[in-house]
Amino acid sequence: MTTTHQGTYQGEITQAVVLERTHVPVLAEDVSPAVPRASLRRPTPQQRFVGIGSWAGALAMAWVICERMLPLPGPTWFVMTTLVMGMLLTAVTTAMTGSMIEVRDRLASTVITAATLLVGFALVTTLAFVFARGWKPLTHLNFFTHDMAGVGPSDPLNKGGVLHAIVGSLIEVGIATAITLPLGVGTAVFMTEIGGRFAGLVRTVVEAMTALPSIVAGLFIYSVFIIALGFPRSGLAAAMALSVMMLPIIARASDVVLRVVPGGLREASLALGASRWKTVWYVVLPTARPGLATALILGIARGVGETSPVLITSGAASFMVTDPRSGVMNSLPLYIFTTVRSGVPVAIDRAFGTAAVLLALVLVLFITARLLARPRGNRRSLTGRVRALLSLNRKTT
Amino acid sequence: MTTLPREHLDAVEAVPRVLASTNTGSDRVFAYVARSTGATVLVITGGIGVFLAVQSVPTLKHYGLHFFTQTQWQPDADKLGIAAVLVGTLEVAMVAMAIAFPLALATALFISEYAPAKLRSTLISLVDLMAAVPSIIYGLWGFFLVEPHASEMALFLQRHFGFLPFFHIGADPNAAVWDRSRYTASAFCAGIAVAMMVLPMSCAVMRQVFSQTPDGEKEAALALGSTRWGMIRTVVIPFGRGGIIGGTMLGLGRALGETIAVLLIISPEFLIKPRILEIGTNTVSALIAGQFGEATGIQLSALLTAGFVLFIITLIVNTLAAIVVNRSRSGAGTDA
Repeated sequence: MTTTHQGTYQGEITQAVVLERTHVPVLAEDVSPAVPRASLRRPTPQQRFVGIGSWAGALAMAWVICERMLPLPGPTWFVMTTLVMGMLLTAVTTAMTGSMIEVRDRLASTVITAATLLVGFALVTTLAFVFARGWKPLTHLNFFTHDMAGVGPSDPLNKGGVLHAIVGSLIEVGIATAITLPLGVGTAVFMTEIGGRFAGLVRTVVEAMTALPSIVAGLFIYSVFIIALGFPRSGLAAAMALSVMMLPIIARASDVVLRVVPGGLREASLALGASRWKTVWYVVLPTARPGLATALILGIARGVGETSPVLITSGAASFMVTDPRSGVMNSLPLYIFTTVRSGVPVAIDRAFGTAAVLLALVLVLFITARLLARPRGNRRSLTGRVRALLSLNRKTT
Repeated sequence: MTTLPREHLDAVEAVPRVLASTNTGSDRVFAYVARSTGATVLVITGGIGVFLAVQSVPTLKHYGLHFFTQTQWQPDADKLGIAAVLVGTLEVAMVAMAIAFPLALATALFISEYAPAKLRSTLISLVDLMAAVPSIIYGLWGFFLVEPHASEMALFLQRHFGFLPFFHIGADPNAAVWDRSRYTASAFCAGIAVAMMVLPMSCAVMRQVFSQTPDGEKEAALALGSTRWGMIRTVVIPFGRGGIIGGTMLGLGRALGETIAVLLIISPEFLIKPRILEIGTNTVSALIAGQFGEATGIQLSALLTAGFVLFIITLIVNTLAAIVVNRSRSGAGTDA
């Protein structure tokens, strides 16, 4: 069917009839064929131009608005104006070529990406801020080898250190781990391997207790162990408060890990004649080991950083206490909290240095947990790594 | 040469062996030990709940329902009540959720739908890392870095939205030199720091649920010509609605119990007030942390009661969250 043919058709018949007829697409011979998109996933040059151009325009408009038109100084306003202008320009430029549906799609992806960037920015500023303000005390070696005995809050940074807080944290978390590891993993084994109605009750209660605010855990130990039983405030009390807080977390996480061990492995072991105990010890626990380690380490990381139970059950001594049974043992988060509250600039610097130490500790624990949790297949042994490193060097030289 | 077994004609008739279904030997010990471990943990954890409940009886007998309506906490005048701190707790948690919810949802959507596949596991790790950062660190961040900016934001909100009662501040916004101290140490500032703690938790739950969306349904939406946002709006979000609600409530549970960042930022005040931008508020956990030192006798029991009330609220919120996540279509296998 040619163009002229259709033209005569439309001239003769009324509009309504044409609408009811089937339209046959007409090949326009004078128009060059559409260029196929190079890739369906990648944006077309036009889309890319719209994207980049909108943001460049947004930056320029934000500068004009913040610096020349309105009294909105500071980077915060600049970033916010850029965001708003960027969305506006993206919407307008998309609407020039596309429909409302495309505008909505583009706006949604802009908003979602911007929000994610904001979250990332907050995380980066948190980490960077602590290390940026805390690096000064870290350059003094005595910060890691001395305690604060006889050092005043406004003494310079080359006096005193936080060794007592580091040692206190390690002792308290060590005791708490020694209590929670067997109990937590044992309970998880009981809940998954023995089962029954009683196990269901235990699971319900443990899950409920993960809702216990950490301060209430501390208050519980304070009123039972210290007020009712008359023990002094000590590292042991702090360790017990941490255990009470960590126990439901570790038990529940281990339970989740043990539940995903394939039942076929258990059945195979039992079918080979192993007892239930041997099945747990030689099959279930080794299979779940990376997951259990991750659960435990994340629980420890949570315990190291928790301040409120420690605040209630122990005290902020300025000297080294190594006996958990007596003496107010300090710890990293407690030291940070009490030092920041003193308000002296040098003391605040010290607190940020301690916060950097605490954060580094948590980061190390976290990375260890990640490495352990990786699937066995793509984990490389230490010797393998060294060999790869050496072979790389051989190639380059 | 093969020898065939000779039949014992005089052998006794074979009797089917009785299969014992009870544990034998070491298994019995194992079951016993495991059961007693479970019982120990049950006693420890359940004991806390029971202890708190028992401790709150004398308080409730002494103060009656006034404990829930009295705003002041004055042990000398025998006036103890948690009305103001409960409202403060809810305000801080609401501010935190108002900030954390949209950010967590957007981050979860970005990770599951927009991020390149190579980046995805890194982003998940970063969110988990955010959850592992101690709360005292977020407290320092909120107190030293964010609070000055937050007070400027509060001034802006008061100037332009001051007609809303919760954005009102008892200070002149158009003064030549604005009274900065009135705009700090508020529920708003504390809520920002708490939001950072809540966000990764909610985000992790939401992302996990979004990642379980059946690929077939997503591809069907795309094949029908929908845009990426159209696919998210019609497939991913309806599928993950349980996870969105559940993750938000889990975050709310954490926000209600947060202590140290709040204690560092707020300036304590025992007043029921809707003005979240203005200086002064208090929460149950900050009250406990601030008051336990001088507390003896009835006051300690009152603090324990306050802790118990907080625990019950958190427990209800968490349980509802678990039910919502498990009931939803996407709930199977969610472990958060």
